[in-house]
Amino acid sequence: MELIDYDAQIPNNVALASDDRLKRALEQWHPGYLNWWNQMGPMGFNDSEVYLRTATGVDPKGWAQFQYVKMPEYRWGIFLAPGDPERKIGFGEHFGEPVWQEVPGEYRAMLRRLLVVQGDTEPASVEQQRHLGATAPSLYDLRNLFQVNVEEGRHLWAMVYLLQRYFGRDGREEAEALLTRRSGDDDRPRMLGAFNEETPDWLSFFMFTFFTDRDGKYQLEALAQSGFDPLARTTRFMLTEEAHHMFVGESGIGRVIEATATAMIAAHIDDPTDVERIRSLNVIDLPTLQRYLNFHFSVSLDLFGAEASSNAANAFAAGLKGRFNEHKIDDDHRLTNSTYPVLRLEETDIVNRNEPALSVLNARLRDDYANDCTNGVKRWNKILEKAGVDYRLSLPHVGFHRQVGEFQMAPIDPSGQVHKGVAFHDIVEGHLPSSDDRAFITSLMQPIYEPGSYASWIAPPKVAIDNKPGDFEFVRLHG
Amino acid sequence: MTTAGLVRQHLIDPEVCIRCNTCEETCPIDAITHNDDNYVVDPAICAACGDCLGPCPTGAIDSWRIVNTPHPIDAQFEWDMLPANDAEVDDLEEQEADTLDSEAGELLALAHQFAPKTPPPASASTPHLNVATRRNPIVATVVGNYRITAPGTDSDVHHIVLDLGGDAFPILEGQSVGVLPPHDPDDQRSPAIRLYSVCSPRDGERPGHNNLALTVKRVIDNGHGLPGLASNYLCDRERGDTVSLIGPFGDTFLMPMDPASNLIMICTGTGSAPFRAMTEYRRRHLPAGPGKLWLFFGARTRAELPYFGPLMKLERSLIEIELCLSREEGIPARHVQDGLRDRLAELKVLLDQESTYLYLCGVKGMEGSIRSVLTEGIDDWDLREAKLIEEGRLHVETY
Ligand SMILES: Cc1cc2nc3c(=O)[nH]c(=O)nc-3n(C[C@H](O)[C@H](O)[C@H](O)COP(=O)(O)OP(=O)(O)OC[C@H]3O[C@@H](n4cnc5c(N)ncnc54)[C@H](O)[C@@H]3O)c2cc1C
Ligand code: SF4
Ligand code: SF4
Repeated sequence: MELIDYDAQIPNNVALASDDRLKRALEQWHPGYLNWWNQMGPMGFNDSEVYLRTATGVDPKGWAQFQYVKMPEYRWGIFLAPGDPERKIGFGEHFGEPVWQEVPGEYRAMLRRLLVVQGDTEPASVEQQRHLGATAPSLYDLRNLFQVNVEEGRHLWAMVYLLQRYFGRDGREEAEALLTRRSGDDDRPRMLGAFNEETPDWLSFFMFTFFTDRDGKYQLEALAQSGFDPLARTTRFMLTEEAHHMFVGESGIGRVIEATATAMIAAHIDDPTDVERIRSLNVIDLPTLQRYLNFHFSVSLDLFGAEASSNAANAFAAGLKGRFNEHKIDDDHRLTNSTYPVLRLEETDIVNRNEPALSVLNARLRDDYANDCTNGVKRWNKILEKAGVDYRLSLPHVGFHRQVGEFQMAPIDPSGQVHKGVAFHDIVEGHLPSSDDRAFITSLMQPIYEPGSYASWIAPPKVAIDNKPGDFEFVRLHG
Repeated sequence: MTTAGLVRQHLIDPEVCIRCNTCEETCPIDAITHNDDNYVVDPAICAACGDCLGPCPTGAIDSWRIVNTPHPIDAQFEWDMLPANDAEVDDLEEQEADTLDSEAGELLALAHQFAPKTPPPASASTPHLNVATRRNPIVATVVGNYRITAPGTDSDVHHIVLDLGGDAFPILEGQSVGVLPPHDPDDQRSPAIRLYSVCSPRDGERPGHNNLALTVKRVIDNGHGLPGLASNYLCDRERGDTVSLIGPFGDTFLMPMDPASNLIMICTGTGSAPFRAMTEYRRRHLPAGPGKLWLFFGARTRAELPYFGPLMKLERSLIEIELCLSREEGIPARHVQDGLRDRLAELKVLLDQESTYLYLCGVKGMEGSIRSVLTEGIDDWDLREAKLIEEGRLHVETY
């Protein structure tokens, strides 16, 4: 077996070099990982030099090291945010007790499950994005895609570190299994639905990073509250990287909107629904954008699971997974008697009902998430407002097009109206991307690999990465 | 910072910010807060430490305005975009004096005389400038101070490692920092500064420890029979002592990030400092990069050559070193320009490649002699030089 200088190859702050057991486990896992990356990672760019940000430490200096790297040589790294020896468990039955540095025996299975579900999403998105390099709208976007890819890869490392370090043989087996599932594979799919959806084009990719990666932000933040300290510190560091992925999505869609608005104004098109004329300008019409948004928001909501969940309640009570910003919430952090208002479907009405807060934690996390998305959409609309285009994007109602939970297959339209007696599919049709929409988007997906050039359907970024100008050669394709 | 007067205010660009909360999470003194619309920096709290700059995924955080009166956070909460940059200040000269320390600017201009308008290499990272100012210097702690020339020689050069504590002080290879030497309190003028090239790479002397290192030569006689002020101060600092730093400075003498680039580095004495930083960066991060490193290093003797031992341990595959010793017993005297002349043929081949960058750093006197070797040895040197300068491929820093 190849011997690896782990401190050099895998920057870490977990004293990897002096932990023989962990080193052995990682040594066995590493070749499989590289194998997976080569099979399922970004297709066709392994020899290109990409201007990537690599974390080499968690201190202010080590945070963001920009350099040209070939993706397979990216130094994945294992980082835990700095610890606090005084830290106490912030919620649940163990509220106020010192945090755990080892896995509490009675919660072992529950914790492992949390890690595996989280870990499974990381390689899944790399797999979903495998083919996007071939159609990048610019070198800048290509670089952002690859940055997202390597960081998702690093997040897999982070979860695998926890599994291997704290869960013995079971953990090692789970770590192996993470490399054997495949997004969209009929026999061995990824664990969560949205991670088996295709990401066939860049509009989907931007929507995915805005909506689906934001689910990651909420899940990770809830885990960052964990009483199991290594998990809390691992996810806290992952969150800072997750922010970049959401940036790619938010600014990506923002630039699409800007390109559309600019083209419409230049062509004197006042009617945003004049789809044919707008499409002939090789930009994405806003109604199509709205349908993509409807789709990605609703499938991302499904990731939060059913509104009421005993798993979530148990994980909270055990002190393993808290609420978003738990430490900032002003209540008893035990939720023994509190309630939380939850949307429920009653006949033809959607009503708000107070329910035991402990049992509807998923609904609460989902609400925080939806609120965050609303603010993002508001910022997109500002671009339209500023350009003087008379169209506003909006989030569909949380009951629209749902496959999970209270509103599963319920005939609810994007405005939240319940259409009793109408089939689910008839309701959602027309509000989701049609095959015609998809064909049009696909037709726009032509690669632009000239530094400083951008596809017609997307505006250049206001600020490129690392203060670089937009015409910087973010990816060197040759060599 | 709430009184009137020109201040450099730290702002967040609401058009770029994605409200990810990373900065608020990072700021050690809770200067950042938000409402439903915006993330904002409280001017009454922010100490301009720079900790939040690296982690921000968008660059929105790296926005600064020179203002007469800081924008209060209530106003910032309402913004859709940043106010225009120039609408605010009436005295542009003062603005520049504040954003780039004027004395540091003069020192650098003098140090860059030979190739005055060289842009940075195209692929260089974008430097942060003036993170720490005279008003807000970074107080670093000495964690190491070693003499790196042999004892008993005239040349007393120290390698000084400074711990930056919790402060962010982002440095790129080739940049320098300003040191505020001890200051006579009766002297009303603002204290003089001295510039020192940072000799550690951007991730620090020791990665993960937020530190940097300097190579300082003790000036024994300043020409008036007195010891040099700053250099003696630094060389005499002991572990645990503090040093006030400002900067970083320098936005052109930077290294290309393209691993295919060849770096030809010519130096004497402490001029080796930036090259140590560049070489160490390549050793750590791109040990097998296709580009070539080539160092011409001049000193009187081996014993007076800073970092002689560590230098000799570097892999030949990483760097080729041409030592030029002028007073080493038993060998004919050679200065850097002689070394360069000996290898002129190879040098020409390299210079023909667009990926080759030429750097000179050290005593002022070397500029002239290097220049004559190049002018004599390369027919169209003047033309080439102009081209190299224009392309950001020739960099000179002498002091
Ligand atoms: C961009 C830049 C980078 C620099 N980097 C370094 C560095 O990495 N290491 C370093 O040691 N210095 C470096 N210097 C020089 C440094 O800034 C100081 O000038 C030097 O340390 C002397 O300062 P002092 O306060 O000790 O002497 P002062 O009290 O200012 O006395 C200075 C006098 O000493 C003489 N003198 C100045 N420098 C030298 C010298 N190096 N050798 C001999 N005589 C000298 C001059 O005649 C001058 O009049 C750099 C200068 C610049 C402009
Ligand atoms: S510069 Fe420092 S003090 Fe100011 S907001 Fe950023 S982290 Fe906080
Ligand atoms: S880190 Fe940057 S993008 Fe995120 S909230 Fe702060 S300024 Fe905005």
